[in-house]
Amino acid sequence: MTDSPESPAAPEPSGERPKAGAEAPAGAAAGTKTRPAAQPAAGNGRVGPPPWLSSGFLLPAILVLGLLVVYPIFYTLWRSLYDGSGEKLVGLGNYVDMFTDDVTFSGGVSAGKVIVTFLVLLIAVGTVFAAYAGIIEWRRVWLTFAFLVGAEILMWALLSAESPMYTAFRNNLIWVIAAPSIIVALGLIFAVVTERIRWAAAFKLIVFMPMAISMLAAGVIFTLVYDRAPERGVLNAIAVGAHDTFKESSAYPGVRPREAGGPITAQKTPDGTAYVTRAAVQPGQTALLPLVAVTPEMQKTLSPAKAATATPGAVAGTVWADFTPGAAAKPNQVDPSEKGLGDIKVEAVSGGKVAATATTAADGTFVLKDLPAGSYTVRLPASNFAAPYNGIDWLGSSLVTASIIGAYIWMWAGFAMVLIGAGLAAIPRDALEAARVDGATELQVFWRVTMPLLAPVLVVVLVTLVINVLKVFDLVYIIAPGATQQDANVLALQMYLKSFTGEGADQGMGSAIAVVLFLLVLPAMIFNIRRFRQEQG
Amino acid sequence: MRSNRSAVIRGTALASGLLLALAGCGGDDSGDGGGDSGGQSLKGTKLEVAAVWTGAEGAGFKKVLDAFAKKTGATVTLTPTGDNTATFLQTKIQGGAPPDIAMLPQQGVIAEFAKKGWIKELSPEVQTAAKQNFSQVWQDFGTADGKMYGLYFKAGNKSLVWYRTKAFQDAGVQPPTDWATFVKSAQTLSDAGTTPLAIAGGDGWTLTDWFENVYASQAGVEKYRQLSKHEIKWTDPSVKQALRTLAEIWGKPTLMAGGVTGATTTPMDKAVTDTFGSEPKAAMISGADVVSATISETKAKVGTDALVFPFPKTGEKPPLVGAGDAAVMLKDNKGSQEFMKFLATPEAAAAWAKVGGYISPNKGLDLSNYPDDVQRTSAKAVIDAGDDFLFDMSDLYPAAFGGTKGAGEWKRLQDFLKNPSSVDATAAGLEADAAKALKS
Repeated sequence: MTDSPESPAAPEPSGERPKAGAEAPAGAAAGTKTRPAAQPAAGNGRVGPPPWLSSGFLLPAILVLGLLVVYPIFYTLWRSLYDGSGEKLVGLGNYVDMFTDDVTFSGGVSAGKVIVTFLVLLIAVGTVFAAYAGIIEWRRVWLTFAFLVGAEILMWALLSAESPMYTAFRNNLIWVIAAPSIIVALGLIFAVVTERIRWAAAFKLIVFMPMAISMLAAGVIFTLVYDRAPERGVLNAIAVGAHDTFKESSAYPGVRPREAGGPITAQKTPDGTAYVTRAAVQPGQTALLPLVAVTPEMQKTLSPAKAATATPGAVAGTVWADFTPGAAAKPNQVDPSEKGLGDIKVEAVSGGKVAATATTAADGTFVLKDLPAGSYTVRLPASNFAAPYNGIDWLGSSLVTASIIGAYIWMWAGFAMVLIGAGLAAIPRDALEAARVDGATELQVFWRVTMPLLAPVLVVVLVTLVINVLKVFDLVYIIAPGATQQDANVLALQMYLKSFTGEGADQGMGSAIAVVLFLLVLPAMIFNIRRFRQEQG
Repeated sequence: MRSNRSAVIRGTALASGLLLALAGCGGDDSGDGGGDSGGQSLKGTKLEVAAVWTGAEGAGFKKVLDAFAKKTGATVTLTPTGDNTATFLQTKIQGGAPPDIAMLPQQGVIAEFAKKGWIKELSPEVQTAAKQNFSQVWQDFGTADGKMYGLYFKAGNKSLVWYRTKAFQDAGVQPPTDWATFVKSAQTLSDAGTTPLAIAGGDGWTLTDWFENVYASQAGVEKYRQLSKHEIKWTDPSVKQALRTLAEIWGKPTLMAGGVTGATTTPMDKAVTDTFGSEPKAAMISGADVVSATISETKAKVGTDALVFPFPKTGEKPPLVGAGDAAVMLKDNKGSQEFMKFLATPEAAAAWAKVGGYISPNKGLDLSNYPDDVQRTSAKAVIDAGDDFLFDMSDLYPAAFGGTKGAGEWKRLQDFLKNPSSVDATAAGLEADAAKALKS
């Protein structure tokens, strides 16, 4: 496990650095204000208890910390060098297997690779220009180039390799890029907006509320929000409602001709699958268009079918549900027990052109009138049978990660809003006033004064979120359904799955994944700790 | 199987807690047993039995424990093991506090535990009773290295197809017995406007059950056993033939609820409620006897709205693929031995059979003990299969091949369901995965 101490910027009830949370936003933004107060405390006139006494008081905390944080970290490290049973030393075997097990490569070009390459080229060109303009040294350019080539190769490998582990890496990367930046952006907008509206407290309360809900409960809520069935899932209910307002659904979804041997057959058209008569029909003849797969419920609402009577100069016919339970009725002939399909659009087609159209009556009969002599096929256009629109597959393989990130944003936007709001409140009013007096527009005030003063807070929130996002587990585990769990996989979930599920549970491999995850979180942690040192020093 | 169980466990975690509490004190008030001659033979003996069962299954097993307590005066407690029995026991044994008896759901574990010396050989008395009451195949399942360790107490029948009676009536279809009629009936159901089958391809293990049923009947028991031990390769023509047979259903999206997408993403519990829920989306679903627990969560009634027929035969005889739970002794003491002896009797099986949700491999058990026709049908199939009872093949392979989400056989068959024309590629892939899993 990555038992790193909780992000210092989060309000923390316990822990060795109780002041850090309160100080981060306020101290960072207000800067000068806190310093005079801090100096006397940091002075040399020591009057406190002797060192041995303070160490004595620290001992319990150190013991607990050692037991719950330091020991697990080292045990995990040690455990990652052993195999699943914990008896055989495999050295770095687990780390090698992690990147090589079940890996398949697809060398082709994908959208992700194109984007990455494009970004790399963009940065490369940008640095060259910057060097020409004298903004940076040429030495820096070569360094950047080396870094970019490395990044490009790494990304290319990451995007070509295919195994649960690589999927987890990729998804973690998407998470780290998307989630913190969107959350900070939203939090900033909310914080700025709530400074200017009435009912700000109510608004803040609502946005912050999700923070009070546990990850598990939020996950359960969002499985319902994203449910595929429009009668359960809110989002799909909206999607289907919106869709059906603009496009009416068909009367007979899923209805089709018999598998084989019937007088009609399927034909692909631009709008979907239409059904056409096999044999040509001349005006004055009748056509039979038997269909099946009409649900028993629907059959109850239909009226009995009638055989059509031949009409001179026109093609008449019947469209009906040609199914009777048991073998009592013969296929492809209108039996008294069978039901007509009303309201179906029928077309007479000759040489690819529609010569006449008609709509069936309740008993399934139709007459295609005013046809010149010739031979026609009768067509039932696809629009009659189109499957109903079912909304979007939010938790399908392509959208699942984005959907879960959406749920995460819903939870954490309030957190960012509150911290950024505190930062905003600490910005000295006189600086803003001065800018306004000098004739700056509100937008200029925001970008030239507020943003620079707020930047330290934004960085703290961003880094804190990066740390949290890297460790994301609960939401993914709960929201992703079994079928797409692999597509939504992240490192923490992969660690859990490898360690504790299935008969092949391998805690050696699980520990190795935990160590890798720890190493990924480490830079962000070090960055955060350094910032605090700077601010305190 | 595993997932069905976990569904039951999830739903009734609270109930199991209560049961445990009851189990703790239940044993004590059996002191009045004066009628039975051995009524007090084990008075004061404490016995701990560990089993995966909770909820309805736990309550059923509790009946067996109560019967034993009443008969002998022993105090019996039931410890639930959670989903992963082997890991649970391993922890307990290493911690120095193993239960006296454990019910093992995986056959492979018996051999593994025997090799480590964690379980004890059954006493000659129990072995004699086992010979008398159980088919040879069940005795063999409990044997490792020529010694008998496990006594199979509960059987699972995975060769069943559950169907909605209303849908069959509407379409005028009778339960089919062979594959050709099965495919034809599915087509008829579809013509009648009911999607015939719910395929729970979201859970890979349901697809391995489909394959095993088709393969067992088509290729025969001998080939099945050879394939289970990888004595023949997965590229064998018999495997390809079974895949082609499966494609007769899997290759037709109109026969599967939700089309190909529905079939490949729906998990088992959802597929069952899709079939028997208030807005049914399918007419049939292939599943084990324990599916009845999930059906009873819907409004449909098992026995009237929901019935079963044996999995249609693709060859000479209908298949019987299943699973079983074996009792093993972790401690060799008088209480354990008496308990094992009791489990081998039809009396013990009857105690659970009467409350339902249970199939016994015990030949001596009168079928009239089962509460309804559905359970009688599946129990009879198990007994009738005799020595042709086959253990779920995917459970006999290492988990890397037969029991891991998104890998091995589960994944290969899910891919095959998406693309049912890839018979050769699927067989080759299965062979590669099986060989790899067995090597490591």
